[in-house]
Amino acid sequence: MNTVIIDGLSFALPLFIMAIGGIYSEKSGVTNLALEGLQGFGAFTGALAAVLAAGSFAGSSSVPFYIAMVFAVIGGTAFSLIHALLCIRFRANMVISGVVINILAMALTSFLTKQINAGVFGAASDKFVLGVSSRLTVPGLSAIPVLGAVFTNVYPFELVIVGVALIAWFVLYKTRFGLHLRACGDNPHAVDAAGIQVGRVRLAAVMVSGALSGLGGICFAYSISANFSSAIYVGYGYLAIAAMIFGNWRILPTLGACLLFGFARSGGYRLVQVLAMPSSYQDLVMILPYVLTLVLLIFFSRHNRAPRALGAIYDKGAR
Amino acid sequence: MDKKNSWKIPVFTILVALLAGAVVLLLLGKNPLGAYYNLLQGSGIAPKASYAGHKSMLTDFMSFLSYLTPMIFAALAVAVALRAGLFNIGVSGQMLAAGFAASVIVGYSSLTAPLAKPLVVVIGIVAGALVGGLIGFLKYRFNINEVVSSIMLNYILQYVCSFLINTYFVDPVSRQSRAVSAASRLTLADMAVGDLKMDIPLGIILALLAVALVRFLLNRTVTGYEMKAVGFSEGASRYAGIHVGKNIVLTMVISGALAGLAGVTYYLGYFASIRPRVLCDTGFDAIAVALLGNSNPVGIIFSSFLITVIDKGSTYMSSTAGVQAEIADVITGMILLFSACTAYIRYRLARRESGKKQEKKGEGR
Repeated sequence: MNTVIIDGLSFALPLFIMAIGGIYSEKSGVTNLALEGLQGFGAFTGALAAVLAAGSFAGSSSVPFYIAMVFAVIGGTAFSLIHALLCIRFRANMVISGVVINILAMALTSFLTKQINAGVFGAASDKFVLGVSSRLTVPGLSAIPVLGAVFTNVYPFELVIVGVALIAWFVLYKTRFGLHLRACGDNPHAVDAAGIQVGRVRLAAVMVSGALSGLGGICFAYSISANFSSAIYVGYGYLAIAAMIFGNWRILPTLGACLLFGFARSGGYRLVQVLAMPSSYQDLVMILPYVLTLVLLIFFSRHNRAPRALGAIYDKGAR
Repeated sequence: MDKKNSWKIPVFTILVALLAGAVVLLLLGKNPLGAYYNLLQGSGIAPKASYAGHKSMLTDFMSFLSYLTPMIFAALAVAVALRAGLFNIGVSGQMLAAGFAASVIVGYSSLTAPLAKPLVVVIGIVAGALVGGLIGFLKYRFNINEVVSSIMLNYILQYVCSFLINTYFVDPVSRQSRAVSAASRLTLADMAVGDLKMDIPLGIILALLAVALVRFLLNRTVTGYEMKAVGFSEGASRYAGIHVGKNIVLTMVISGALAGLAGVTYYLGYFASIRPRVLCDTGFDAIAVALLGNSNPVGIIFSSFLITVIDKGSTYMSSTAGVQAEIADVITGMILLFSACTAYIRYRLARRESGKKQEKKGEGR
């Protein structure tokens, strides 16, 4: 039971932070399927920074991990600028732009990883080895039955994510900027009439989604895969989008959706272990989050209300 | 949009992307022209320095055609959906479903070629159409965005097929699914022609036929007109009495059927087995091809030719010029990126032209 909660949380929280990024972008009216590519590119820059920095620190030091986080955020933000440029300035179809960015990110990062490994480190490898981040257990609280698992073997990034998520919640729902952002997705003309530049607000929103996706990406790289390779593109971004839609573009219900995915996945793995099934059955477990998403969407999609101006390019002259 | 610009923009896009790729190659200290020539050599369009026994430029080109076939089908699948305002990103999953179903039902049977080959085609069409139709139905009935549902189905199909292959159909040596029978393959492998041994892709004829059919469907039939109308404006189509839901499902069925054909010509044509846990790139590259070809069936022949040259030639380029083969994906990615901007270029051109017209009016006064 404990491992289900521990593993479930460490999967759900990075997903959650990416989904928040998605909420920011889509609430401002910019459809963002690029989360997948953004998290991959963020993880790439973060991992690269960590590998480059690792030489100057002791093997057990956690400094490279934090450097990786910072650079993942920077990388994700930088790459999201392409999406912003295409969707806001170049009037591209937002869905296509997102998918294009995913494909480009995958191609670019696997090319660069090989090239840098060959050129800088002199190794023919297609991955940056990172190792798994250290974990901490809160004394006292972890002794509580069942709930204690939440405080046991926590990755440090989970705390960072919780902190960032709280700030993101506050900014989106309690500040003037958040109000403008949400209005941009529902009625951009009203925002424009109030003297605020729709393009700028949307640019900021897309950048936030890039930053948060990068953060989520590096967390996956440091926990599940323990390295950076093209294996990072297994659809975390798309799962985050599904969680966001399922959560009706609101932060708290989205958290619920992410937790559901996390626990479905870790619970499934545990089941394979407990029933001592052959390892090929893991493939069947892997489909659980996806099947669950589809089934839940079947029940909830009808009541969902996407931001009204979602996916529409803002045109001042349009009525 | 006049006819002239409809081909100018994609050509411009490709040139810019190739130029960007050349810059990358230069930065790596490689000769870009040489690398691009290697791409042509690898695809059997330009002669290589030397050939192994029973091989020549022609055999390379036949192998290239065999690889081109699934790309044309897949790009048609994307294009048909795009015309109706739908984005079929699940082509890879539909290809896998079709390829897997055909492998299991026909590939591992002892049917003879005249029976097996048509059956493979039919199964491919049906399996692809079922998956595509499901996506369309989910959108129509439950309002589920087709992008999300097709991505979910991609993963589900990928893992389910992987599980079934690993449990029942695995070849212990190659770790892939067992090779299908030669009778069921849509590419005749290693046929002796003169002193050459070549792959003869039968699917390419089907692919060209499909191009003509899709063109006819979209431009000359009521169904095609309704599909395009739904793509332009759902509200207006509904007002005109077009059944939007029916058209969404129908479009996805057609798109899925084309993707299914791509699947059988890929997994039971160019290849003869399925690698578990992997979706093929063709379904995703097809998006680039369709965008580049303006979602026009004839344009797609040209754009799939180009993208396949880059893809197929990259192995030879990598071994000759010493560049990572992944650079090919980067170039494809950049072509995609620039072709996503074509709407903007078109918009600017249109504005410039309307500006010119107004100037002329001014002079006339």
